[in-house]
Amino acid sequence: MTVEDGARPPEQTASTQATVTPPAAQRSTGLMHSGVGRNLGLVVALVLLCIVGVITAGHTFATGANVLTILRLAAVIGVVSIGMTFVITGGGIDLSVGAMVALASVWATTLATQQLASDLHWIFMVTTALVVGAACGLVNGLLIAYGKVVPFIATLAMLAAARGLAEIISDRKTQIITVNSFVDFFGGSLLGVPVLVWIFLLVAAAGWVLLNRTTFGRRTFAVGGNSEAARLAGIKVQRHTVALYVLAGLCCGIAAVMLMARTTTGSSTHGQLYELDAIAAVVIGGTLLSGGRGTIVGTVFGVLIFTTLNNVFTLNNLSISAQSVAKGAIIVIAVLLQQRLAARATSQ
Amino acid sequence: MSARTRTFATAAIAGLGVLALAACTSNTPKAEESDNAPAPQAVAAGKNDEPGQKVRIGFSAPAADHGWMGAITKATQAEAKKYSDVELIVAEGTNDVNLQISQVETFINQKVDAIVLLPFDGAALTPVATKAMEAGITVVNVDREFDSPFAARTTILGDNHGMGVSAGTYICQQLKDKKDAVVAEIAGIDSLPLTQDRSKGFKEALADCGLKVSNRVAAEFTVESGEKAAANLLQAAPKIDAIWNHDDDQGVGVMAAIKNSGRKEFFVVGGAGSANVMRDIKSGNSLLKATVIYPSTQGADGVRLARLLVQKKALGDLVEVEVPRTVQLYAPVVTKDNVDQYMPTAFES
Repeated sequence: MTVEDGARPPEQTASTQATVTPPAAQRSTGLMHSGVGRNLGLVVALVLLCIVGVITAGHTFATGANVLTILRLAAVIGVVSIGMTFVITGGGIDLSVGAMVALASVWATTLATQQLASDLHWIFMVTTALVVGAACGLVNGLLIAYGKVVPFIATLAMLAAARGLAEIISDRKTQIITVNSFVDFFGGSLLGVPVLVWIFLLVAAAGWVLLNRTTFGRRTFAVGGNSEAARLAGIKVQRHTVALYVLAGLCCGIAAVMLMARTTTGSSTHGQLYELDAIAAVVIGGTLLSGGRGTIVGTVFGVLIFTTLNNVFTLNNLSISAQSVAKGAIIVIAVLLQQRLAARATSQ
Repeated sequence: MSARTRTFATAAIAGLGVLALAACTSNTPKAEESDNAPAPQAVAAGKNDEPGQKVRIGFSAPAADHGWMGAITKATQAEAKKYSDVELIVAEGTNDVNLQISQVETFINQKVDAIVLLPFDGAALTPVATKAMEAGITVVNVDREFDSPFAARTTILGDNHGMGVSAGTYICQQLKDKKDAVVAEIAGIDSLPLTQDRSKGFKEALADCGLKVSNRVAAEFTVESGEKAAANLLQAAPKIDAIWNHDDDQGVGVMAAIKNSGRKEFFVVGGAGSANVMRDIKSGNSLLKATVIYPSTQGADGVRLARLLVQKKALGDLVEVEVPRTVQLYAPVVTKDNVDQYMPTAFES
């Protein structure tokens, strides 16, 4: 199949998963190296950060409790970033993720929903959040695929509208969750690992399989790489685009549930600027902003680098403004490092 | 300065309170300190500013996207520097509750002695603050209240309702002989409880002298929104006697709109207490005649109280030997006569 042959990235990211590159496939050795190289840059950056953390705040940094703190923070934005990876790989962008998180959190914590949840089961709050997220994604997708609105504009409109709607529903008040079973379940731990972190792991694993091991994933690469070629290859590009945005919306619904558990509230102010955090994590991870190439593993590393960075800053009591400067610098360094390593790997 | 005089004044009281203090500190987490406590505590309670046991305090607040909020963090850091026994760990200001929660979790992991927390959203930060308290960390809640009494040892609040009352009372005093005076109000973000409290207090105080709010517009605490709201207000009301503007940051825009309109028939009362506004009041040649303070020193007070709580000292000038549960700060009116008194604690916006 032409599409499969043309879509090299799946192979690439698949090989990075295995870490050890088998020397068998001669033809694509360079590409595989570049895949390893890209993620190697991220691993180096993360390891460097951790070394800095251990040196400057070893007694607190290298503890189980601190690692869990980093992971819990990473979990919410991580799930959003997984959805974002799909959209960006498919050649789009979603600026409305933060607003969708806010709207889903507000809708899932209205008095009516909570009443239903406490009468029957908290699963109703979860379903509400997921449905709201997916529905917003559907609107985005339809506007972009069939309305021919540029993704940037369509999701910008959703950003404004969803947060506005969240403000209307909540009357800009913070809605406190009184359904204890919900908070107990999602706030708890399983085998010593917080449920939130489990959810992140599950979503990441499912995302990896979906992107690298299914037709859906191969089509995503094809649509993002060259949508016209994908159409000629027989892919229903419009339908696929809608599915990608629904997926992103669904991830926002999941993130909303996680944020609700973490804060025991739903609020129209939740998820502020998550779009930027998510896009930054995805791009640092090695997904091409122009589409056609994407990696879930890279995104997970991108998110971890950001949150570890934050943790190291907080532990070292660095000045607030210096933190922002350093953050910007590290984004650039991480990307430059990736490019150099990738280039070296290909030239060998 | 007042702190020092206060400490001398309380020396005697504290001396009497020593026994009670020793008994009362049994609920504090560190047992080994209460063993040899009585003697050092007697000294400490009398002279609160003297260096004592080292205290590590974590501080977290929302992003400094507003002059007042920026001042909170600055004042807090400045206050901590005054004490050789205080180590302040400041987390990056953020409006993302997820991140702020993780900052508090980091403080817990670092085993700080106390956390001074101005939450972006009180309700959202309640679970993690409760966790910190359970871990034996003294939590001091600043400005935006948690929704559980178990989440903080002490809460420091401003007085939004009181701001309205102070502003209304001042306007009543100035307009006492004008019964048909036109009073206008430029509020902040209307859906926030703090704005509603301010407006309620204002209305009540005006009603007390037979006045009412004739025109009311709402801005959004930003310069830009203040300009827009004031321009609309000036269009709507051809003659005004007094304006109360809730917030000095948006006030920069309000004054710009007034200047553009060329109107001079009224006086303006500000809110929050920025240094800019105080300089205008002092100069006397501005329409701004007064402002009502919403103290930007709440975080700084939080550090002081956290230090006292960890060191098990009493609050000076109170007979009570424990630091109070809630401290609500006063909203005084600043005029040309008393502006010098408040200038040092004013914030630059």
